[in-house]
Amino acid sequence: MEAGRRSVSGWTVANVVVVLYAMVPVLWIASLSFKDPSTFSDGSFIPRKWTLGNYAGIFTNADFVRGLVNSIGIGLISTFVAIVFGTMAAYAVARLAFPGKRLLIGVSLLIAMFPQISLVSPLFQIERALGLFNTWAGLILPYITFALPLTIYTLSAFFREIPWELEKAAKMDGATPFQAFWQVIVPLAAPGMVTTAILAFIFCWNDFLFAISLTSSDAARTAPATISFFTGSTQFEDPTGSISAAAVVITIPIVIFVLFFQRRIVAGLTSGAVKG
Amino acid sequence: MNGAASRGARADGAAAKAKGRALTEGQRAERRLGLWLCAPAAIVMVVVTGWPIAYSVLLSLQRYDLRFPEDKAWIGLSNYATVLTSEVWWTAFWVTLLITVVSVAIELVLGMLLAFAMYRAIVGRGLIRTVVLIPYGIVTVAAAYGWKYAWTPGTGWLAGLLPEGSAPLTERGPAIAIIILAEVWKTTPFMALLLMAGMAVVPEELLRAASVDGASLWQRFTRVTLPLMKPAILVALLFRTLDAFRIFDNIYVLTNGSQGTGSVSISAYHNLIGGLNLGIGSTMSVLILVTVAIIAVIFILGFGTAAPGSER
Amino acid sequence: MAEIVLDHVTKRYADGTVAVDDFDVRIADQEFVILVGPSGCGKSTTLNMIAGLEDITEGELRVDGRRMNERAPRDRDMAMVFQSYALYPHMTVRENIAFPLKLAKMGKAEIGERVERAAGLLDLAPYLDRKPAALSGGQRQRVAMGRAIVRDPKAFLMDEPLSNLDAKLRVQMRTSISRLQKSLGTTTVYVTHDQTEAMTLGDRIVIMRAGLIQQIGPPQELYDHPRNLFVAGFIGSPSMNVLPARLEEGLLRTPIGDIPLRGRLRRAADGPDVPRDVIAGIRPESFEDASLMHDAEEGGTFTGTVDLLESMGPEKLAYFTLDTGAVRSEHLAEAGGEEAGEGCQLVAQLDPKSGARRGEAVRLWYDTQAVHLFHPETGENLTER
Repeated sequence: MEAGRRSVSGWTVANVVVVLYAMVPVLWIASLSFKDPSTFSDGSFIPRKWTLGNYAGIFTNADFVRGLVNSIGIGLISTFVAIVFGTMAAYAVARLAFPGKRLLIGVSLLIAMFPQISLVSPLFQIERALGLFNTWAGLILPYITFALPLTIYTLSAFFREIPWELEKAAKMDGATPFQAFWQVIVPLAAPGMVTTAILAFIFCWNDFLFAISLTSSDAARTAPATISFFTGSTQFEDPTGSISAAAVVITIPIVIFVLFFQRRIVAGLTSGAVKG
Repeated sequence: MNGAASRGARADGAAAKAKGRALTEGQRAERRLGLWLCAPAAIVMVVVTGWPIAYSVLLSLQRYDLRFPEDKAWIGLSNYATVLTSEVWWTAFWVTLLITVVSVAIELVLGMLLAFAMYRAIVGRGLIRTVVLIPYGIVTVAAAYGWKYAWTPGTGWLAGLLPEGSAPLTERGPAIAIIILAEVWKTTPFMALLLMAGMAVVPEELLRAASVDGASLWQRFTRVTLPLMKPAILVALLFRTLDAFRIFDNIYVLTNGSQGTGSVSISAYHNLIGGLNLGIGSTMSVLILVTVAIIAVIFILGFGTAAPGSER
Repeated sequence: MAEIVLDHVTKRYADGTVAVDDFDVRIADQEFVILVGPSGCGKSTTLNMIAGLEDITEGELRVDGRRMNERAPRDRDMAMVFQSYALYPHMTVRENIAFPLKLAKMGKAEIGERVERAAGLLDLAPYLDRKPAALSGGQRQRVAMGRAIVRDPKAFLMDEPLSNLDAKLRVQMRTSISRLQKSLGTTTVYVTHDQTEAMTLGDRIVIMRAGLIQQIGPPQELYDHPRNLFVAGFIGSPSMNVLPARLEEGLLRTPIGDIPLRGRLRRAADGPDVPRDVIAGIRPESFEDASLMHDAEEGGTFTGTVDLLESMGPEKLAYFTLDTGAVRSEHLAEAGGEEAGEGCQLVAQLDPKSGARRGEAVRLWYDTQAVHLFHPETGENLTER
């Protein structure tokens, strides 16, 4: 197909449309975050009066900072455990024959489709009974559980891409199964593991329902939940500014991830989701 | 001597012997390794979901309100009767269904367009693919707050486009429309990615052959691409439908379920965490789970969606 | 020293399918043995069993007298070259070749020395620091060989190592593999589906079909004395001509003439359980342009119209279509080649000086003593009993 002038300009228009689609809401909330609180009710897209006060406000807000810390810590731990367990299971699913393999795949698909609220009800009670309520572990456990299907799925697709013969060659070269795994398979699977880790982290970072249901204070409350409890810097102030600033802050790391790892993420989502 | 016949006889005898036979050492080692590797993941998944679900079912059979713990009692299926005859529940149910169907339908169409753009753009393909991941990556509640403020009269730029004095988030119809908008905005990119993967499977040569045979762009799309994409479309629909049915974050922020805009998840949440009524909350949870299962079954058995990853 | 003995080795899968049936071969030290046959004949499975990548269901594998059935591949001291080379993509050529030595915990100095030596033998010195992705097919193949020879193992196991190369490169690599094996003196078991490779490389060839050994022997023996129709059709290019024939009153009646039953043909015809209708086989090389035959050696003649003439340079191939129907046999179908057409085709290899021309009749002479007789059902070669 020749890239005639018409199709180039057509695609440029399409580009602009897509960029607007994706960015406008994001730019809007960014704009709100820079607006001086006195101008909140002017309804304009671009701030008429700029200020960094909203950002200053949330970073001095102990709850929010604590919320960030919780989000980062819980997210990293959950992701780490999910990747470790998920890699082991994904390797087994992609390479080995054992009874119950289909059952495992079925169960993980089930969990992926699970309505989270159905888990919140009993976990609320169980965690209180076990003393896990409002703790990091109390969130880490459901996060791992929900991240595992995603990890197993995406990673087994990556593992299937690695040629089987490399393992045979390693065996012939004298490697034990562990040596073959560690020195040959893992380096090749590493990019896939990075991608999966990013996807898992995004999932944990994004969660809201578990965060608001299973926490009651900033001991374990993650950032998205903290935001919904904002009442502004003082109780007289409209929280719009704080909420917008906070929303921008929790979005930035993810946007950076996405921009840097775009190719990997697209590859991970598409190879994992639909088998050709 | 007929080689084929004697070989066949030998194979039969072998099969009979093989059934009673133990596995070779190599196979046994492989099985052991496989089970050990899966164990941690399997245990976590089963324990963290299995036990709570069972417990949830138990709770749903009790009258258990944390505000009146002394009143705790086994009441069998009466919670179910209460919920299933409650107007609040059914309103939430139909609203959820409405939001699900409408948003998935819109996402399918928009997603297909977006997938096409991501797949075939001559100019700026990398840009589109990058930019499109932003709605996917952004925290749902962050985006939801953005939408909320956008539509709030006075504060919002979108509200300013509407006739004076209207507050769409406080009226049922418009509020639901905004919720659908927020959902669609956020998850269309994911749908587009799934569809793009499906598109990539269609062999280029088939499209060229169709083009030579005289098919127009539209015909090539409907007669060649779409049918070959059918499995991918069904999988994408399955995932998104189940996902949409559990909608929570957007509604919580935008309306918190007021004016009859709540979803079933919101209702369950209000009863459970808000009202501290474990009995009713659990009942709703179980019902939601059952509905989701039914939807999945309809898709898999009715439309023949192959669960992705199932060995063909 | 590595003598490999496969003592009635059988491979049976859990569902009952037999991939390798009663494989019984003794491979001498330093011998180059080829396993050849169509796909699915069990040659790769046999190789994998020798390597330890697949379990042996029945029978015993012995190397230098020691039983190997239970040993893991790493304990068998054999090196394998794979069809896809299986080079570690994240390692350089040097690291790829050094990998088995590293696993054996060899000293750095010795590893370095061995790698240099292997690289020298295979002309890989300029590529040592490149990664496999930056190499051509032929270079990758040599790296795979380097990884195998650097260990100085008891045996080389090669699984169709040349199949992924283009034709010219294949011919070049064939000779270098042959030279390498002779100079290193390592026992080698080589799997291929290409009969030309088999014929040119092997000391002995094991030709397999559907898990069973059809014949074992040096290349010339398989060529001159094929034990059955499958072997006759598999070995030799262009393939042996097969014609329907009939034994009658001291004559073998064929579409190319009646051949008197004398000598070996007579002995075959007089044998037990010989049916009247048989299949006659005669190789294209057994023909010659009658006008170029000065001393009329004992043989038959036949005149036919040339359908197609291929001038190869050192020879001419003349194609004829005979009046009778083609021979259809499952043995031939499995031996490969195209589905037999309607008419019976004959290929004759003629001296380049022959004046045969397309569309013209030519009188051919053929060596009647070079005719093989095959049983139409079992495919057994009646003249080689």
